[in-house]
Amino acid sequence: MMENETKTIEIKDLDFYYGDFQALENVTFDIPENKVTALIGPSGCGKSTFLRTINRMNDLIDGTRVDGDVIVEGDDIYKDEIDVVELRKEVGMVFQEPNPFPKSIYDNIAYGPRAHGITDTEKLDEIVENSLKHAALWDEVDDRLDQSAIGISGGQQQRLCIARALAVDPDILLMDEPTSALDPVATAKIEDLIDDLKEEYTIVIVTHSMQQAARISDYTAFFLMGEVIEHGPTQKIFEKPENQKTEDYITGRFG
Amino acid sequence: MHWKTKEKVVENVLFIFALSSIIFLTGIVIVLFREGLPIFGKVGILEFIFGPEWYPTYDPPGYGILPLIMGSFVVSVGAMILSVPFGVASAIFISYILPKNLKKVVKPVVELLAGVPSVVYGLFGMKILGPFIAKVFGLPTGLTGLTAAIMLGIMALPTIISIAEDAITSVPKSFRDASLALGATRWETIRNVIVPTASSGIVTGIILGMGRAIGETMTVLMVAGGAAIIPEMPSLAKPLAPLLDPLRPMTSTIAAEMGETAVGSPHYHSLFGIAIILFVITLFFNIIADVLSQRFKEKVSGE
Repeated sequence: MMENETKTIEIKDLDFYYGDFQALENVTFDIPENKVTALIGPSGCGKSTFLRTINRMNDLIDGTRVDGDVIVEGDDIYKDEIDVVELRKEVGMVFQEPNPFPKSIYDNIAYGPRAHGITDTEKLDEIVENSLKHAALWDEVDDRLDQSAIGISGGQQQRLCIARALAVDPDILLMDEPTSALDPVATAKIEDLIDDLKEEYTIVIVTHSMQQAARISDYTAFFLMGEVIEHGPTQKIFEKPENQKTEDYITGRFG
Repeated sequence: MHWKTKEKVVENVLFIFALSSIIFLTGIVIVLFREGLPIFGKVGILEFIFGPEWYPTYDPPGYGILPLIMGSFVVSVGAMILSVPFGVASAIFISYILPKNLKKVVKPVVELLAGVPSVVYGLFGMKILGPFIAKVFGLPTGLTGLTAAIMLGIMALPTIISIAEDAITSVPKSFRDASLALGATRWETIRNVIVPTASSGIVTGIILGMGRAIGETMTVLMVAGGAAIIPEMPSLAKPLAPLLDPLRPMTSTIAAEMGETAVGSPHYHSLFGIAIILFVITLFFNIIADVLSQRFKEKVSGE
């Protein structure tokens, strides 16, 4: 079904364990370039765990184990020689709760580039401006870049976090329920933004809202009990699902 | 008895206890000032604080406590120079690097060190550290400001580590995650996000540790040497100069001399005068620590 798409991320036979608990089982599917792929499923189905395997954020949790392959832009990211810092430069992440640093708006955006060795002020100014414009936040904050990022609204904070992720110039953007803490107006803004961003970025988004998945994604993967039950173009998943469980979930019979 | 009456009784008993502790504290402060203020009237407050000669039993007597203030200052600053780097590094290590199950053991053990009686530290400083320092620096006596500073630094460590570790641990994990997800290394994350966010909490720990160092009596009485002289100024050639002489901080002066004074004599009042100065200094430190920890809470919660 994706013959004419470029695969950015390939997942093959992925198993994931928290200690003895197996959170992901035999997950296999591809995520195409410059498309939005939504991960849906009930709470505890493994969709967030899966998202965090793509930038190895699960490494931070003690006692986790990964089997299988996650291939990002041709590299198996669980090989020993992979530099996690480099990987995370290519694979940005936006979290469920907006989590700006208690620093100025400018320093939030400049944080990533500075960590990667950019010190030139003009260059940083340029990155900050571009990232904020990309995240559709520039017009709202351009006159107060030196103010604390804690003082802006939740929706603005989340767009700031997106801008901060964009500032390190990733190819892939992972979003873990980025609008679940936001009101409908702020949610709509983020959804519009995601639609614009897919021109340049491959986006993988975990969402609790099936309407959101239907509105913004090109592909959808349905997770249940750590397995991918069904994966395909969003329209097909929502209109003609092949698996009975997918249909039950989408029509709200459980979840 | 009816339950409502019972409630009332409990309420009143608690109220009386709470009130009496406030009354006791207020009483102590009142006595402190009543007994101490006369010396300010007698020699003048500026002469008292900045007077360079502490000869309370000579004729004519000298009631200048500058040597004692300097003694406290030198010993406390020396203690901080030693304990701040160790304390903050230990706090970072315990909260970010030590595995959780080890942390459960290490943190209480560190806090337990705060409960070791100060006379025990004093004994160690007197009999082990002192002679060692005398040997290393070729001094006639090992009971010097440096010995006191090292012992006080060790004694301030549990306070600094415990409070700084709490501050570092209470930095939301989401900040750490955000930083790591941007491709920052663990060290960059600690240095650029965790420590700055926790800074006011860390400073609170340092100030409370410093407050402990200034107020500590038994240990300095035992190891500082007890000479009421203004410490030598440090120079490039002798950066440790102020610490290598015997010193007499404010606290040990009060403890050592109070037993030998006649109640109501100027010497007696001057010891209370020292206590007032000490009280004001530690009060000042505690207020700063309080303001900073408030600011820390606001910073983290974003209010």
